[in-house]
Amino acid sequence: MTDLFSKFDPLIQQREALLASGVEDPFNLVMEKVLSPTRAICNGRETILLGTYNYMGMTFDPDVIQAGKDALDNFGAGTTGSRVLNGTYQGHKECEEALKDFYGMDHAMVFSTGYQANLGIISTIAGKDDYIVLDIDSHASIWDGCSLGNAQIVPFKHNDIDAMGKRLRRIPEGAGKLVVLEGVYSMLGDIAPLKDMIAVARKYDAMVLVDEAHSMGFIGPNGRGVAEEQGVLDQVDFVIGTFSKSVGTVGGFCVSNHPKFEIMRLVCRPYVFTASLPPSVVATAATSIRKLMHGGAKRAHLWENSRTLHGGLKALGFELGTGEPQSAIIAVIMPDLERGAAMWEALLKEGLYVNLARPPATPANMTLLRCSLCAEHSAEQVQTILGMFERAGKAVGIV
Amino acid sequence: MDRAEIDARIRGLIEPFNKKGISVGDDTTFAGDLEFDSLTVMDFVAAIEDEFDIIISMNQQAEIENYGQLVDAVCKLQGD
Repeated sequence: MTDLFSKFDPLIQQREALLASGVEDPFNLVMEKVLSPTRAICNGRETILLGTYNYMGMTFDPDVIQAGKDALDNFGAGTTGSRVLNGTYQGHKECEEALKDFYGMDHAMVFSTGYQANLGIISTIAGKDDYIVLDIDSHASIWDGCSLGNAQIVPFKHNDIDAMGKRLRRIPEGAGKLVVLEGVYSMLGDIAPLKDMIAVARKYDAMVLVDEAHSMGFIGPNGRGVAEEQGVLDQVDFVIGTFSKSVGTVGGFCVSNHPKFEIMRLVCRPYVFTASLPPSVVATAATSIRKLMHGGAKRAHLWENSRTLHGGLKALGFELGTGEPQSAIIAVIMPDLERGAAMWEALLKEGLYVNLARPPATPANMTLLRCSLCAEHSAEQVQTILGMFERAGKAVGIV
Repeated sequence: MDRAEIDARIRGLIEPFNKKGISVGDDTTFAGDLEFDSLTVMDFVAAIEDEFDIIISMNQQAEIENYGQLVDAVCKLQGD
């Protein structure tokens, strides 16, 4: 019998070699207690959280928590059904209303996760003989949406407007075209030049889908994302987003002004063939989304945190993913996986949690320590974090 | 453009990506013999697409494992 698991042997060996060096397992961290959006007890130590997607710190907002408790009491623990059968409650409709108000769009469709939103929309709208033109650094959920469908897949170099235009120009006349972009690319924390890219997409009559998972709530005057910040949200056909970042719970969505959008509810398999979100989750999401509309002061503080951390790490001599802070993600580039893991562990022992990101999730085979800031990090916490980076970096020999 | 000319042009394009100077024949594989990773594939495909003003979608790339198949595919796309 051929062991179907033998294909994983190289990864198993790499992992064993890493753990044999005595490093704490970066992919097996347990949070025993969560004290606030920015602090937890991790592997027995009190730790500052700098590797969550809790950008706006909504997880412990009292109104959000109360809404979830009320929904649990009134609607129960779960729906036990699909959105198109018995799984659409009042709360799901209220959540979609909140999204329509938040984005100023006509239609909103809530999925059980952000992953499923990309999977469902991309695989459903681009059919056989249509073309999907996408950035090579797209998130796994976008690539998996491409794999699930039958369209022709044409990637282009990251954020390269000219490369994207050339590919669009060569697509046979009459074929349907979908351009897929992200507002913030989550590995390096860089943003896309959406204004220029969308203008090129429009020139070639392509429809445009933008994943704003890492910008919602934070970037743009109303927190609608990078497309809003660059003044082109009205040119975007489909915005994909998630509740598992700034919104502070779990779930995904697509908003659109397409007049026929509602048909998606019947034809999109990752929407139809899965259970809908529990009532408590959609209640917390709806409350959080409505509060994020008025999050201007928090957005300003988060930008200040991002600038302080970026400037401080640069001054200490760390190599960063972007020359300037472009989002709430600051990626610190490590020389290799071994020293990356050692630095990750040194930071954890200092009492700081960041994400260790490694190939194949990262571009150009980089090992990254990815820091994501929260609007609830205080200015003092950011200074504490910089001190931890300085000590750990010197101990590991990176700076 | 005939097959020989397309072959010659692709040979020129492959050179900067052929880091180990492997001798390239029709049965030379990209993943195995030339050790192309996904980023190299993207850059190499882009160079060919620009040279011949064609699109080789990922669906088509999945069918191309060796050099001869690539030349055949470009010949076909040129004819379309």
